[in-house]
Amino acid sequence: MGAARAPERPGSASERRRAGIRRGIPFGIAVFAISISFGVLARPLMGAVAPIVMSILVFSGSAQFGALAVLAAGGSTGAAIVAAVLLNARYLAMGLALAPSLRGRASSRAAFAMTTVDASWAAASIGGGAFDPWYMVGVSVPQYAGWVLGTVVGVFVGPRLGDPNALGLDALFPAFFVSLLFAEARGRRRLAAAGGGAGIALALTPLVPAGLPILAAAAATVAASRLRS
Amino acid sequence: MTGVWVMIAVLALATAALKLAGPLTLGDRPLPAGALSVVELLASALLAALVIVETFGKGRALTLDARVLGAAFAVVAVTRRAPMIVVVVGAAAVTALARLLA
Repeated sequence: MGAARAPERPGSASERRRAGIRRGIPFGIAVFAISISFGVLARPLMGAVAPIVMSILVFSGSAQFGALAVLAAGGSTGAAIVAAVLLNARYLAMGLALAPSLRGRASSRAAFAMTTVDASWAAASIGGGAFDPWYMVGVSVPQYAGWVLGTVVGVFVGPRLGDPNALGLDALFPAFFVSLLFAEARGRRRLAAAGGGAGIALALTPLVPAGLPILAAAAATVAASRLRS
Repeated sequence: MTGVWVMIAVLALATAALKLAGPLTLGDRPLPAGALSVVELLASALLAALVIVETFGKGRALTLDARVLGAAFAVVAVTRRAPMIVVVVGAAAVTALARLLA
């Protein structure tokens, strides 16, 4: 698992990127397993090629599973789009947090921002609200490879696997986030933010469309930030 | 099938837009100090919410099923500093076993 946070490292861009890649390898392996389950579940609904293209272009577990859940329940593709966009609405908040740490031209800032995924963004935080962009790129590399590769494997072995839920594949995702949360939530204020976020998600899930509870959980940070650290 | 391809295209563009909106509108101006102390806590709040939704959520409802046992295994494994792959694959194995026995 390694240290909870990326240490502030003054190294060159390529050194920090390589350090990020090393940090990202266990994430990549976990994401590989998770995306196998995506491929398995997606194939009967989307065919063989579309799930792979989706993983290449969208690269977002929560949005892809969210869209899939809507389609599996007989919902329209429009409803699937809305659910997935809501699930990814947190990227808006994550992007706002990341923005001051990105330097240079708009095109370069955009390229860094595109590599944002939950695990990389959290791992690249170096405290005080700052992020190490090259480290984040590095952590994302094994995850992207794992995500796309796992989808391919899932699509092709899926028909031979039987019921994916019988294999417990739906428990991969919560376990992945438990792992990330424990690395992140250290200290009183972060624990308070985690507790508040969990409470908001529990309270809102039965009341509002999927995805919104996750975004609303961000509100817990306002109260938690008033605590003494 | 066309609908699926439209969905993929829209989601690819929407996800990119969500990721890019902050960095391209804010530029590299620093956030105000008050905002920074909130930003620092954002990952904890969002990850905790994701754990809850992925463990108990079923569409717009809460449910208790075998995933809970898998997530509980993950919590125990993580506090014992197990490697991530053990945490994740172990959670799936526990969940699968629970369903087999149920």
